[in-house]
Amino acid sequence: MPGFRPAIGLTLVYLALVVLIPLSALLLKSMQLSLDEYWAILSNHRVQASFRVSFGSALIAAAVAALFGFIIAWSLVRYTFPGKRLLDALIDLPFALPTAVAGIVLATIYEANGWVGKLVMDNFGIQIAYKPLGIVVALIFIGLPFVVRTIEPVLQELDTAMEEAAASLGATRLQAFIKVILPNILPAAITGFALAFARGVGEYGSVIFIAGNMPYISEIVPLLIITKLEQYEYAGATAIGMTMLILSFVLLLLINGLQWWVRRRSGQL
Amino acid sequence: MSISVSHISKNFGAFTALDDINLDIPEGELVALLGPSGCGKTTLLRIIAGLEQADQGDVFLKGDKVTDKPVKNRHIGFVFQHYALFRHMTVLDNVAFGLRVKPRKERPSEAGIVKKVHALLELVQLDWLNDRFPDQLSGGQRQRIALARALAVEPSVLLLDEPFGALDASVRKDLRFWLRNLHHELNVTSVFVTHDQEEAMEVANRVVVLNNGRIEQQGSPSDIYDHPANAFVSQFIGQTNVFDLDEQGTDWLEAAGLLTPHQEGKIAHVRPHDIVIQKSTADNDAFVTLKNWQHLGSLIRIELIKNGSSDSNAAVYAEMPNDQFKRLQLSKGDKVELRIRHAHWFH
Repeated sequence: MPGFRPAIGLTLVYLALVVLIPLSALLLKSMQLSLDEYWAILSNHRVQASFRVSFGSALIAAAVAALFGFIIAWSLVRYTFPGKRLLDALIDLPFALPTAVAGIVLATIYEANGWVGKLVMDNFGIQIAYKPLGIVVALIFIGLPFVVRTIEPVLQELDTAMEEAAASLGATRLQAFIKVILPNILPAAITGFALAFARGVGEYGSVIFIAGNMPYISEIVPLLIITKLEQYEYAGATAIGMTMLILSFVLLLLINGLQWWVRRRSGQL
Repeated sequence: MSISVSHISKNFGAFTALDDINLDIPEGELVALLGPSGCGKTTLLRIIAGLEQADQGDVFLKGDKVTDKPVKNRHIGFVFQHYALFRHMTVLDNVAFGLRVKPRKERPSEAGIVKKVHALLELVQLDWLNDRFPDQLSGGQRQRIALARALAVEPSVLLLDEPFGALDASVRKDLRFWLRNLHHELNVTSVFVTHDQEEAMEVANRVVVLNNGRIEQQGSPSDIYDHPANAFVSQFIGQTNVFDLDEQGTDWLEAAGLLTPHQEGKIAHVRPHDIVIQKSTADNDAFVTLKNWQHLGSLIRIELIKNGSSDSNAAVYAEMPNDQFKRLQLSKGDKVELRIRHAHWFH
């Protein structure tokens, strides 16, 4: 193929400057620690709790975002309704909004006296803001556009004649959905899920305003890293950062593997 | 009647797609719905299938009124122009689909399903592809799989929407022949939509010509070719020379033997093979010059131009067998005499 050398060259330069060199610096810094010291930092209960909070809430939020993102993408592609363009534009707002603003607004609305928070509190006795649930709400907000924007083009491309064919062969709407539509959009849905999850794990700005940041309960890993930095514990911060990097990488590899398996099974590879 | 359509009308906004259509299709026929694009033929097919709802009128299948039945309960087989195969399933799973979605009580055992699917794939001569995905097949193969899939549920009627429309010319010719044979073998009432008059004439034993949402004529291919009901059908089916007596001088047509004391209209449609030509012996009697000719395989198409005419669209076309043309020993620019053997007259 023509253009191989310049394209690959620029790709490598870019990756080196923006991704590899900063990450190597992180690796080098963490390598100043002995394995024992490294382990001592990680085995701290507060650190482990923060990992559970970060990854757990990111997974739950990505799953919820995947479900509702699909429904929203479906509505945008399949139906015409007044205000459709406006809704379409609204989807991207979380991309543009400063995350701190999002966090403050969400916290205000979902706190026990806020518009939504009061409703939920009065009816179900559940407090959202300043609890782990608040983190999930913030991460759903952040993750939703990733899912919508990855599923939308695939739904648009989906040939509606396939659904008509299913109906002509005697399939009910539900059968057509499960056997025809779902397998075709599953790879895109997984991509959206992975993006929302990755973004959620690293999210800082919006979460700290709504989480309450209680150690052991609603303290996320990025916050813990900042805390360590503020206390001049650079080694500790890099150890946690490095671990987070490895965990995220492994999870994303797993998701990619799942995606490969789904595509292969459905002949899209 | 296997399929009966009564007083069907359908509008898309201000556009009238179908206007009071009545049509009866007897059991076991292979019928072509033929017409130019936008004539409503696909809409009619989709209304019969239940993929589209008519504004007015009723559809009957095997005598049962199915107007309000959804497509899944109509027991039809439908073949789409762009195949609409399930691209995430293998060929085998595609064909098995209609059997696997049956309610448990009616569903054959999995072994029975697989056996039946292999039999169908044998029928369309593609069993060796059963573990492939649709993307790995050629267009002709995909369409045959789509047909096998539609036949799997043993439909009472088979409906095909431009089944060869997306295929190469040579594949199309093979598949036409093949569809005809398959219909002969299975004898399931079949309706296919096409805009290609040659395809309709070649495959169907009955042709329904549609235009502007109305049926212009229906009958056997030879009926329609030999006795076109109106000027539209005459021009749409096969090649036709049109002579409008109001617009053209009549002296040369008189010389060609077209005009008789009792012709029935003002516009004559003449098939190219109904024009006989020969080299003019007396120069001054000839009204027509041979301008050009093209080989159409066994036939030669001859382009004639009226002497003194500068309008290149006014060419008259004649056709004759290859050997006959050779015997005439004509060359470009020769003056020729022509005789019109037969014409259809319209007002």
